[in-house]
Amino acid sequence: MLNQNEILQTLAMIDQQHLDVRTITMGISLLSCAHSDVHTACDRIYDKITRYAEKLVPTGEAIEREFGIPIVNKRISVTPIALVAAASETDSYVPFAQALDRAAHTCGVNFIGGFSALVQKGMTDADRILIDSIPEALATTDVVCSSVNVGSTKAGIDMDAVALMGRTIKDLAARTADKGGFGCAKLVVFCNAVEDNPFMAGAFHGVGEPERVINVGVSGPGVVHHALQAVRGKSFDVLAETVKKTAFRITRVGQLVAQEASRRLNTPFGIVDLSLAPTPAVGDSVARILEEMGLEVCGTHGTTAALALLNDAVKKGGVMASSSVGGLSGAFIPVSEDEGMIAAARAGALTLDKLEAMTCVCSVGLDMIAVPGDTTAETLSAIIADEAAIGMINSKTTAVRIIPAPGCQVGDTVEFGGLLGSAPVQPVHPYSSAAFIARGGRIPAPMHSLRN
Amino acid sequence: MKAIITVIGRDQVGIIAGVCSLLSARNINILDISQTVLQEYLTMVMLVDMTLCEQPFGDVADSLTRAGEERGLSIRIQREDIFNAINRI
Repeated sequence: MLNQNEILQTLAMIDQQHLDVRTITMGISLLSCAHSDVHTACDRIYDKITRYAEKLVPTGEAIEREFGIPIVNKRISVTPIALVAAASETDSYVPFAQALDRAAHTCGVNFIGGFSALVQKGMTDADRILIDSIPEALATTDVVCSSVNVGSTKAGIDMDAVALMGRTIKDLAARTADKGGFGCAKLVVFCNAVEDNPFMAGAFHGVGEPERVINVGVSGPGVVHHALQAVRGKSFDVLAETVKKTAFRITRVGQLVAQEASRRLNTPFGIVDLSLAPTPAVGDSVARILEEMGLEVCGTHGTTAALALLNDAVKKGGVMASSSVGGLSGAFIPVSEDEGMIAAARAGALTLDKLEAMTCVCSVGLDMIAVPGDTTAETLSAIIADEAAIGMINSKTTAVRIIPAPGCQVGDTVEFGGLLGSAPVQPVHPYSSAAFIARGGRIPAPMHSLRN
Repeated sequence: MKAIITVIGRDQVGIIAGVCSLLSARNINILDISQTVLQEYLTMVMLVDMTLCEQPFGDVADSLTRAGEERGLSIRIQREDIFNAINRI
């Protein structure tokens, strides 16, 4: 029998420490929608998504109600569109993005991911059309998210795609200049992208996935922060154990919700993604966890070690709480979406170089970072190449979601609103990488890719 | 299905009576009650069985919330599973 204290503690986790389920994401395969005629293909896509995900939002809301736990987002991920659209005879995939947007609005989800291409070992004609379509697609839709995988440990890094993505990001920022380059917040460039990630903007439904699937992303930086306040001054062993126990509890909630959603939607349960995903709300910050460990400001010396401990302990605690763990699973460090990171970046304590170091040990990469609007495409590509190299060599997922905010200089702040928060514009190195990016070709896969 | 009802707020006459009559009218059986009062501040936790209740969960939750608001109390109902998931292996 539960005792009163346990019940009240659970309520405090939800009410005061922002414990929530960050997202229920339904993955839908669109491979069956391919058609030589664009309009037929788009109609099939719209019909399939709205049929499969018809009850996703009301079901999520019902579960939220019965368990008394917020389920912040209900989302959809689909097969990378470059694969689905390849059969269609056209030179623009913008209509596909618009079909996804319409379907998402009909279903009532707040994001749909999968306007994507996987080009780690080279680009097909369809991949090229998709990447060329990204600026217009994201500028003319509301909730479509896009991702491009430019590298992997197995294949190396496609530097032609890296160069292209730098130019694509610039173009997209220019087309959404009236909103501070907001379009770039919906575009992720990956290395070692995962096929079952429920989090946006990088979610897509991989080709190895079933017809449809339910993936759930849990959160709870505030709960971890609160737990660590109780062990202030104690050794790292105690710290790691505390994070593990807390991550276990958080993940159990995710598992419960995932199973319930899977049953009610008659859709197989895929994975729980055990990520600490911050929001701009006070008390829901990953940076504040690192500071609770004893750092004056996130970004100072010791931050990488603190994040490494946190990331590892979250996985260890969570893995036993779920029957199937996947996605990105770790700590996220999106600057604009984390109140503590915003403060640290504004204070000048958290630089791009330190963030890059942190991405070696956390679950993703350079996320939601605003840089000056006059940053060149080559510099953006070089930043992507650096991140992809970290991912490739360390056999982990890395990503870049960077916003060259048009007309903005270092010291300005770009407002995105909602969960995307606001980003202080951070400086990049002034020296050119243009000749490096102009080389083109592929950076070969590392020695340890040969594991067979 | 079992659920946990929590009532939090300033203590006053008739809180338990009010909640209990609301529950019995909906065929919800009370399995356990515990309460503490600290400086006029009441915290009550109830374990209930909703197997025989024919009203949708959301409607029961709404009725309890409204009844709470009338008395300046926070009353909420949640399925027991969430507490078990967090507190029990």
